[in-house]
Formats: sequence, C-alpha cells, structure tokens
Amino acid sequence: MSGDVGAGVFIRNGDCLSLSLLQPVGWEDFAGVLLDEVKAGGRVAAYFAAPAAGTALDLFAVIVQDQTGNLRLLRSEIDGILVSLTPQCPQLHLFEREIAEQYGVKVEGHPWFKPVRFHRAWRRDSDAWDRDPGAALVPGDMEFYRIEGDEVHEVAVGPVHAGIIEPGHFRFQCYGERVIHLEISLGYQHRGVEARLVGSAGRGAATRRRLETVAGDTTIGHATAYGLVCESLAGVTVPPRAAALRAVALELERLANHVGDIGGLATDVGFLPTASFCGRIRGDYLNLTAELCGNRFGRGLVCPGGVAMAVDAELVDRLGRKLAAVERDTRGAVDLFFGAPSVLARTEGIGVVSSGTARELGLVGVAARACGLPVDSRRHQRTGDGFFGPPETAMMEDGDVQARGRVRKREIQVSFAWVAQALGGLPDGTALRDLPSAAPSSLAVALVEGWRGEIVHVAVTDANGDFSRYKIVDPSFHNWSGLAMALRGEQISDFPLINKSFNLSYCGFDL
Amino acid sequence: MLKIIPERIRQGFRTGKYPKQDPVMPERFRGLPVLDTGRCRNGCQDCLASCPYGALDLAGGTLGLDLGLCVFCGDCVSACPQDAISFSRDWRLASRTRDGMVVGDREHLLVQALDAKMRKLFGRSLKLRQVSAGGCNACEADLNVLGTLTYDLGRFGIQFVASPRHADGILVTGPVTANMKSALLDTYAAVPGPKLVIASGACAIGGGPFRGGVEVNDGVGDLLPVDLYIPGCPPHPYTVLDGLLRILGRLPDSRREPRTDGGGR
Repeated sequence: MSGDVGAGVFIRNGDCLSLSLLQPVGWEDFAGVLLDEVKAGGRVAAYFAAPAAGTALDLFAVIVQDQTGNLRLLRSEIDGILVSLTPQCPQLHLFEREIAEQYGVKVEGHPWFKPVRFHRAWRRDSDAWDRDPGAALVPGDMEFYRIEGDEVHEVAVGPVHAGIIEPGHFRFQCYGERVIHLEISLGYQHRGVEARLVGSAGRGAATRRRLETVAGDTTIGHATAYGLVCESLAGVTVPPRAAALRAVALELERLANHVGDIGGLATDVGFLPTASFCGRIRGDYLNLTAELCGNRFGRGLVCPGGVAMAVDAELVDRLGRKLAAVERDTRGAVDLFFGAPSVLARTEGIGVVSSGTARELGLVGVAARACGLPVDSRRHQRTGDGFFGPPETAMMEDGDVQARGRVRKREIQVSFAWVAQALGGLPDGTALRDLPSAAPSSLAVALVEGWRGEIVHVAVTDANGDFSRYKIVDPSFHNWSGLAMALRGEQISDFPLINKSFNLSYCGFDL
Repeated sequence: MLKIIPERIRQGFRTGKYPKQDPVMPERFRGLPVLDTGRCRNGCQDCLASCPYGALDLAGGTLGLDLGLCVFCGDCVSACPQDAISFSRDWRLASRTRDGMVVGDREHLLVQALDAKMRKLFGRSLKLRQVSAGGCNACEADLNVLGTLTYDLGRFGIQFVASPRHADGILVTGPVTANMKSALLDTYAAVPGPKLVIASGACAIGGGPFRGGVEVNDGVGDLLPVDLYIPGCPPHPYTVLDGLLRILGRLPDSRREPRTDGGGR
C-alpha cells in the first residue's frame, strides 16, 4: 500500500484494505479523478455499487495503472441517481448499465441505457426502466440499434446457435453482405452468481464450486482469483509451492484453450489439418490437468489457502514427460496453420480493432495485446514477492484475426517453455495452509490473467467478515464490445471467424 | 501441401480404440462412487454435512449417493472417518431413470437400451440438437470434444446438428436459467417426434452447484421427459459416449463386473 495521494487509495494486486481507510469522496472528486486516470492511460478494472445506509449506494471503482502496477481505489456515495460518465469514458458503459440493473437506479445521461442481463433488481422495489413488477422479464426485450434504408436488412441470430455453444443474441444491420453494425444482447446464461455470494451463504462449501463455474473453461483462473481474495482478507499468502502449482495450472489452462482456439480458427477458414490436429491436442492438455486433479477442467485443484491436491515428484515427472510429447504435436499443428498462404489471405485485415478503440473500450487480454496494448496482469500486477509465471507478454500490432491468432501462438510458446521449466524447479514444502478468519469491514482485490484476459474479483466484507458485496469482472465483460466493433464493415459471412478469434465467454459475462 | 503431408504422417492415427478397448482414465479421475455402508457408524452424518448439494442421504436407513446431485468433488471421502466412501475410476455413470442414479447398497446399473421400435429408428443414426441453458462451457467443451478425431462420434452414426428440425432429440446442459427456459422449450417443440431428451451434467440433472438459486430451474427434470441422465461436472467424454452408445444398444449388454480394487482401468 502506498498511501493516500489525492482522492482514493493506492494498493497492489492481492492487497486488503480496511474500509475505514477508503472514505467516500464527493461525486465531483470521484468522477474527476476517475476520468483523469483513464486519460492518463489507466483502465477501469471494476466499477460497482454496494448497499449503504438507507437507500444510498456505496460506489467503488478499481483503476489499473499498467505502467506502475498500482491499483487506485475510489469510493463515493450516491442516492437515487447515478450520473453517467460514459460519454467521456466509453469503457464504463456496461458497468453503469449493470449498476442500474442490480440496484434499480437510473443513470442520467447514459447514451445507450438498457438492461445487461435481464433480471430483477436486487432491491425489489425499484427498477431502472420502470418495468411492470408483475410481468416476467424477457431477455433481449429492448430497442436495438437499427439502420433504416431500402436496401438495409437486419439479421437476428440466437439465442440458440448452430453449434455446441452457449446462448446469446446477435443483431446485424447489413447492407448487402456488409455489416454496418452489430449489437450483442446477452443475459441468457444469468445464474445469479454474485447475489448468492452475499452474507453467510457466501461462506458455504458450494461457493468454491460455483466460482469454479463462473466460466467453466476458466476454472483455474476464477478459482485462483477467489483464492487470492480469501487469502488477502485472511492476511496470509499461500506457500511458494502452492503459488507455483497454481501458476502451472493457469498456464495449462491457457495452453489448452489457445490450442483449441487456433484449431477453431482453422475450422472457420477451412484449413482442415490444423483443425483436426488441434482439436485432439487441446484434449491432451486437458488430460494433463486431469493428471493433476482428476478433472479435465481443474475442478477441485485450487482452493483458498493453496492447492487441494498433493503433487509428488513422481506426478511432476509424469507431467513433464507427457508435456514434452504434446509440445512437438502442438508446434507442428500451429506452424502449419500460420505458414499457409491461404490462411494468411483469410485472416489478415479481417475483423480489425484499432488500438484507439481497444483503449477506449478498455479491452483486455489477447484482444488488447493483438492491438498493441501491453495489458497483462501476470507482468503488470504481480502478486506477492514470489512471482510465478511466464516472463514475456506476447504482442501484435494489427488488431485483426491474424494478430489475435499470432498472440495465441506466441503465448503457447512462452507458456510451454515456462511450464516445462517450472515443473523442473517447483519449490518444496507444503502447498496448503489454514486460513485465519476474514478481516471485517475490508476490501480485497485480486487480478488474475486468465487465458482470455484479466479476471477481476473484488470482495467487500461486513462487520462479521462475511461478503457484503462480491464483484466479478470476467475479461469477456469488456471484450464483447470489441467483437461488435470488429464486425463493422466486414462481411457477415466472416462473423464465425471473427467471433472465434475473440472466443468470449457468455456465462462469464452473464454471471 | 508439401508441408502438410509429412506433418499429417507425423501426427499419426489417433482415434481411440474404444469401444473395442476400455479407455484408460487418469489416475485421479473420480468416477463411480463406492459406498461401503457396512462401515457406517450409528448416527454418523459427517459425510452428509460435507456435501452442500444434498447428494448423500440416509433416508432409507443406509447411506445412498445420488449421482445426479453429485459434482464429484470428493469432499465426502475426506469427511468420512470410517473410509466408507471412495471414488472408483469407472466412467460408466449414465442412467435411464432418475432413481437409477442413487448408488449405495444397490448396484448401479448400466444404461438399458431403448425398446426395439426406437432402436430401429435411432440405433444407426441419431442426430442431436444441443441446448446450453446456463451451462458454464465445461459440459459444452467436452461435448465438442466428442467430434474430434480422438472420439470420432460420427463413426457411431451420432451427430450434433445445427437445427432442431434436423434432430431426433435434444441434449441439454446447464441448470436451465430463467432466461433460457422458453428458448429451451421452443427448441424441444421444434424437434419432430418421436424424440429423445438427454440431460448431461450435474446442472442439467439437478441444478449442480447452482441448485436452489432463484435464477435457475434446478435442471431440466420437471420441464421435459428425460430419457437419459449423464452425471458429472462436467461428464467425462467417455461417460457421455458410454451413455449414448448404450441407449442405442450399440454396446454389449454386459453386467458391471465387481471392482475389488476400488478403481477402474
């Protein structure tokens, strides 16, 4: 913690702060500092409300400074209405709509003020859109952006799609084959994750399992973020062996998904050798995770306090051997793809997001790094002193399908080399420790670089140390807007390819 | 092209030998639970307290474990002071009935094939429409895996298709969120009969980790007539494949051989 400088407090990733040290400031100060920080290159990692006295709401913002690794926390209090900052700071647009939906407050001046997930407000007596409290909410029931014109047509897709994939609704405004605008409406997967974390229920054994399924393909990422929050509130750090094993599991998750995504890109451009190789190789990486914990998605491996499964030398040795066998297959399949002229022709200049747009929308992860933005919480927001993770951030400049593919390719190489090396030098000792009780009236923040990008978990505790608010920001929350922008001016037939190059989570967004 | 051919040869033929050979499951895989109820001490409920999903039950006097509510976390194993609970590596978990998923003193039966008329219709060609209704993408991902060359679902005449109009049934994942309920029912209605309903994964069977939530329906059970339940969180691809092949009568009707080592192969 580096103390107060102006409004708010600076902390580091994984820190816990007593709420008494983070006093609410006036709205003018709050908004001014937030906008200044973003203008200076900061990113809004989380912006959310929590119930305060009476009808008032506590408003929290977590701003990431990638250059310094600092997190700036801001807190204000509002009652009745929230003034929109979206016109000056577009990356807040969904955060503000989310606050409105969860607490039933209107957002004054929001340019595109609609629900996010289509659920009733947590404060049952208020609704930001004055909808009939007796009527069932219908997902997607809202005005979509429409373009008028004799030759303009609209294409609506979903919620049930053609493949084995989660549900979502997409509205394309097209002029012939060309997409003028895409609007994405989600919420079909809303399972009420955040609401169920509040109070004593948040301590239950099922909580950990539920957080492993926030986005099931990112089990290790979200479980690690939850673990860090719990440990931070308990005032402890995990043993070095646990930190290293978590990092290994996180990179295995990245390898599995990146390899799968390159296979998916190959499928969508009709490059069958890589499509079929990568589909299988992805499973080989999942099987490595299953060797660690018995489950291909890493269920049950990461827990608050460390790592739940004992990992002995024999298992480490076996993992190392299996990994080496997969590496050659991976390299062959991936190099074939990026070396093929026909693949270049289908992926270069397709689905471009400019670095300016990426910055304004606050994109994270692969999508941001493909636009030349150095956003990687493994490097910029390290937790504790004993850092574990790959040393390099893979970057591309072009912001197209090719660039997002190549970022994955480079990350596969870097992650692979790091995992092989880490397995050879795992710290000795225990990998699990008991947690003391959680600090009351405190706030803890954890950032974890999942395979899609930055996962943010923020916990606020009450006087008993129970969660009074638990905020989850999956990287998909930011990046779906990037996909919508990437479609502008593209052929509608390229949607599957561009979509795959982002490969975002529906349930991670819907929570 | 000249680079593709040698790489193709190098990558080799990788389709598994299943079903001619049993799959080798990971050493730590948690499959069919084995309850040694003779070890239970009178009045002990330690395992029940360890399970937040209510998968364990003492209602009948002896311990029973409901595979449909279990997420295979293994917490009950460490909670039992008598070492009465263990998880074998047997991947064959699917069941035709909801009751058939309770294991304990009773033997867990392998999936019984459809009747002759339905087998004639679907036995050699089954097209399924998948609907994710709140699934976390783990169930979905491991269903997609069935299409890869390792499992090569197509060689059994089973295929996931793009439209319910082309399908013989639906396979549901997820706890059925309030926001997906009507789309799920619409999709089912669009499938021409006779049709099958398959509930895959703990969420679709009983809500899984989300059981009891206000935004979910605790699975598909009370909405649609389920023909096949496939437990797991998520189910292993071989668990799904075993269920699909058995309901079509494509695997020999073998009794589950007793496994004294507490493990599968």
